[in-house]
Amino acid sequence: MRLAIRGGYVLDPAGGTDAVRDVFCGRGKIVGLGTAAEEFEAEQVVDAQGCLVMPGAVDLAVCLNPMGEQRASVESETRAAVAGGVTTVCSVTETQPIPDSPAAVRLLMEQAQQAGFARLETLGAAMHGLGDTQLAGLGALREAGCVGVSNGTRPYANLLVLRRAMEYAASQDLTLFYHPLDHALAGQGCAHEGTFAARLGLPGILPAAETAALAQMTALVQDTGARVHFCRLSCAQAVDMLEIGRQAGLPVTADVAVHQLFLTEEAVEGFEVNALVSPPLRTEHDRQRLREGVRDGVIQAICSDHQPLDPDSKMAPFPEARPGISGIETLLPLTMELVTGDILTRAAAVERLTAGPAEILGRETGTLAVGAPADLCVVRLDDPWTFDVEAMLSAGRNTPFDGWQFHDRVQATICGGRIVYEREGEA
Amino acid sequence: MSSTQPTLFRLPPAAQYQLDEEGRLRHFLTIEGLPAELLEEILSTAQSFHTASDQAARKVPLLRGKTIVNLFFEASTRTRTTFELAAKRLSADVLNLDMATAATTKGESLLDTLRNLEAMHCDMFVVRHHQSGAAHFIVRHVAEHISVINAGDGRHAHPTQAMLDMFTLRQHFSDFGAITVVIVGDILHSRVARSEIQALRTLGVGEIRVIAPRTLLPREATSLGVIPFKSMEEGLVGAQAVIMLRLQKERMHGSFVPGEAEYYQLYGLTRARVELLAEDGIVMHPGPVNRGVEIESAVVDGPRSVILKQVRNGIAVRMAILSMAMRRHAW
Repeated sequence: MRLAIRGGYVLDPAGGTDAVRDVFCGRGKIVGLGTAAEEFEAEQVVDAQGCLVMPGAVDLAVCLNPMGEQRASVESETRAAVAGGVTTVCSVTETQPIPDSPAAVRLLMEQAQQAGFARLETLGAAMHGLGDTQLAGLGALREAGCVGVSNGTRPYANLLVLRRAMEYAASQDLTLFYHPLDHALAGQGCAHEGTFAARLGLPGILPAAETAALAQMTALVQDTGARVHFCRLSCAQAVDMLEIGRQAGLPVTADVAVHQLFLTEEAVEGFEVNALVSPPLRTEHDRQRLREGVRDGVIQAICSDHQPLDPDSKMAPFPEARPGISGIETLLPLTMELVTGDILTRAAAVERLTAGPAEILGRETGTLAVGAPADLCVVRLDDPWTFDVEAMLSAGRNTPFDGWQFHDRVQATICGGRIVYEREGEA
Repeated sequence: MSSTQPTLFRLPPAAQYQLDEEGRLRHFLTIEGLPAELLEEILSTAQSFHTASDQAARKVPLLRGKTIVNLFFEASTRTRTTFELAAKRLSADVLNLDMATAATTKGESLLDTLRNLEAMHCDMFVVRHHQSGAAHFIVRHVAEHISVINAGDGRHAHPTQAMLDMFTLRQHFSDFGAITVVIVGDILHSRVARSEIQALRTLGVGEIRVIAPRTLLPREATSLGVIPFKSMEEGLVGAQAVIMLRLQKERMHGSFVPGEAEYYQLYGLTRARVELLAEDGIVMHPGPVNRGVEIESAVVDGPRSVILKQVRNGIAVRMAILSMAMRRHAW
């Protein structure tokens, strides 16, 4: 399929393009920018005049099938992904079935291929069954195509086990994705341990539950040199510590869930279960520092931390409800609001959604350079619209962003040179 | 970002759940957000029931034909009994459901329980639950015509207990602005403390102090509007009332406090420490009392203690709250 995307404003920070250009795709790759080879004859044309054309978003944290939930599937969630401009979903390990064997990984990849919407990458389970002592077969998982390994939010038995997991992963050229969380310190907490938790009588989680684990892991990285990616930072001190580590040249990267850049502990007011997330929403100070971290590149990726939950999972008193936001459809619109709000340049926003996360995965997506996979999305800028939970494609309707006003909207998404999403009513 | 997102904090504050369009009580979930006038109305309504209860005609027909369900997911004797007595004196039919023994720990079955009760045409749920926010959860998902009274949810709120304590305080002190009230003990886990503090603030009490080790204080305690003190010797001085909180058995050992003996030595209310209070100072306790753990036995039974008075007042105050919340049905 030869495809031309005509007349759009192409913004590709990694490829260095920032101008009105035509984009030509053939055989699933970008084959030309601005001008095509003479023999190029487009079979299909997307009119992108007045729109932004950017690489498709690469989402580092997507749970396609949360454990114990019935509704979400690889099909439903990758469909939702492309509607939100996400062309690569990186599946997390706390999903069913647990990706701790090549068979489970291949099943997942086949399901994504059959669905035919977004490109799927997956992390492999670091430990067998996401347990705490027995390593999973990491070599086999790498052979099966895993881009990294992780135990999700599950604990490792102790620091020695963690050290071995990261060193063994490193010897297989796999990055360990690590959720910095001290489980004992977090206890049964379900909200940031601040003024709102104090008032509402909610068991709290100190920022130290994150920073203590992050400090321990940083010490291990210092001594072992193994590459580690920190998942879902939530507090200001964590950004400070990461900045120091990176300045010292440690092989560490990090991401943040987009909701942490917009919501604070205030959102749990009235015991709002849709604002129940892990790690918890923290203070205005934390939100500002996380935004700075993204702006300065201390944090390389913004992700959705997508958790599509059944309604029943939120139908409980706050501490018993399941944490998580169905966020894949709001990742791009929210991130682009940081541009509208003068927090990020547009180039930085696009970079943190595309090349930043792609580099963490070690993949060549996230750019529109000639030869790269033809994964891109067309975004109409400054055309205010209201996000409506009823219009979501994800099987999970658990979002705190219902009714929010966004400025930028995905018009079309192309993955592997095929149009996988086009907004209805738009030709 | 809130300027570009006016919908950001659109969640209704607690008060909006609790009051109808005319500002009348509809549910009673928390003291927070309720106007001082409404709390005063509860106190004066309670006073009229209190006076009446001394007379021969003890039953009033205000809630005749109404059905009130006591839905207790957590064990309770005093609170449930006084709610039952209050409802009966208002001539309501009362159904007691002890959910603590039933296997209803998941939200789904909690919701199913509610649906079943709705189908039986009940008018009011009095709910106690071990999770913070449970009463809010029920209000959000229950049929429109049902009033919900929070009889204690997790660590969050116990507003009827707070109001009966305000009633008891009012019997002793008419000018709240001039008094200092001290709350001692496990503030962190205490729904009573949270509701007391909010009620004391709303009614304009001069000074609210708390005394507890840091392990039993919320991290942002001062944001609640209280002044923390480290020792009884400093914190009790000159106060008009001290409210002693029960130290739960499971917190007496381990890492919250080293043990009963040290706790009693540092934070127990002894006869000697009672002397630090103002001359007219009173001793309160929401019960059940751990004699010799947080309070000396002789203080419980001593002249300053109003602990049994609190229990007695519970009936009149709960009658006031039940009747006010049902007013929109009755009139």
